[in-house]
Amino acid sequence: MSTLRLDPIMCHAHGLCAELLPELVELDEWGYPLLDPDEVPPELEAAAKRAAAACPTLALKLERSVVPVPAPREAGRPSGALSLPRHG
Amino acid sequence: MTATMDPRPHVRTALDVARLFARDADPTRTANLDEHEDRLGPLPLAVYPNRPGRQRLIDTVARAGLRGRGGAGFPTGEKLAAVAAGKGRAVVVANGCEGDPTSAKDQALLARSPHLVLDGIALAAHAVGAREAILCVHRDSPLIDVVYAALHERDRDTVAVEVVEVPDRYVASEASALVNFLNNGDARPTTTRPSVRGVRGRPTLVDNVETLAHIALVARFGDAWFREAGTPDSPGTLLVTVGGAVNRPGVYEIEAGLPLSDALELAGGESEALAAVQIGGLGGSWLPIDDAAELPLAHETCRDVGIPLGVAALVALPARACGIAETARILRHLADESAGQCGPCMFGLPAVADDMEALAYGDGSVSGQLHRRLGVIPGRGACSHPDGAVRLAVTALHTFADDVAAHAHGEPCHAAQGPFWTPLRIPA
Repeated sequence: MSTLRLDPIMCHAHGLCAELLPELVELDEWGYPLLDPDEVPPELEAAAKRAAAACPTLALKLERSVVPVPAPREAGRPSGALSLPRHG
Repeated sequence: MTATMDPRPHVRTALDVARLFARDADPTRTANLDEHEDRLGPLPLAVYPNRPGRQRLIDTVARAGLRGRGGAGFPTGEKLAAVAAGKGRAVVVANGCEGDPTSAKDQALLARSPHLVLDGIALAAHAVGAREAILCVHRDSPLIDVVYAALHERDRDTVAVEVVEVPDRYVASEASALVNFLNNGDARPTTTRPSVRGVRGRPTLVDNVETLAHIALVARFGDAWFREAGTPDSPGTLLVTVGGAVNRPGVYEIEAGLPLSDALELAGGESEALAAVQIGGLGGSWLPIDDAAELPLAHETCRDVGIPLGVAALVALPARACGIAETARILRHLADESAGQCGPCMFGLPAVADDMEALAYGDGSVSGQLHRRLGVIPGRGACSHPDGAVRLAVTALHTFADDVAAHAHGEPCHAAQGPFWTPLRIPA
């Protein structure tokens, strides 16, 4: 399960997220996104990934919700459950 | 003083406390090192030796229940522990910038008791394992000379204290903005947490100077002593700045939990009939005087009525003023003070200031738009600057509902040309 997150400093109101993911992103009157705070439903996960990947300033991120982390198999490699947005 | 005398400053009554400031001291004088040590004893670093001592110091501060005095009220013991546990050698930043012009307490503290703050810096640095500390004050502040003079008197400190002057901008004193400024000269907030990645990427303890002064007292006299004043959830004393329509505006030390009306009394009482009180700084809240008078000044009691205590500053607004016009003027200032990084702040605050001005000038048609805007701005900035501005606007609409109703029916504000009561510039 994942949640949409926005870096407010990096966001420059390009608005692609609202084009690509209108189900979860609205724009305010100044063109900045208002994100659905809930977990992204499974059927929209792919669209959410596309929206995050398309963000020109990489301000939009799809963050994994906190889940039990399995022990990393070998040192130096990040555990799969925590690796942050896998775009595309 | 004799060896048998109990050196601990005791609370006489809720209105008569003297911990941070010496009792009956001349408020215009700086206590030198001898006077400071005569009153409170020497810096108790040797009481907390080595690693176990450091941990005991952190535990003592945690048990004291000290909350940060910069506005957020975060438990100081937790913050010390987080920074001490960080990766790499920690840095201490003492925040004496006091970006909110309604508050003058940090300036008063540094001007009167600089050694208490420097003791706190030394102890906090010891607790988190830092060897260097940075004391931030406003650019061109007269305090710079006071602080340097105090540093020259001290030759036993094990921590190197650097004094850094910070631009006089409202958001520059926000913790992440301060760290950003120290790292690269850009005094704008960031989204990184200083306790994890602060000055030069090191774990950084950013504490308000009043918080550090309390650490210096807790380290000397213990957590039980600290809790003799204040409330269980907001222990100790705090400095409150009282301004607006009172007879003796200034900075006063009070016990946490003191009713707001008593704080106004300390400042000589109201100079004329009051309508409301602004509590918690420019990004704080308006409360009608009838609701505010009995409010105990503590984090939990303020939270219970839906407002944060924030930085303990009060502005008494007289009945002849217009709270909507006053708020419109503050909102314009807060919009101008935006760092201009986050859209909802950069565009939202000027829009809200426009609406509040229109309301003050009798244009009620903006009311729906204003409410909608106030609903979408909070929680969307890198720092809480926009949230504070919205809070002030929302509480203004509630507190001055009668004025709003009158203006909404086309009755322009009788007081829109001032005078105004909220200071917007940091006094030089």
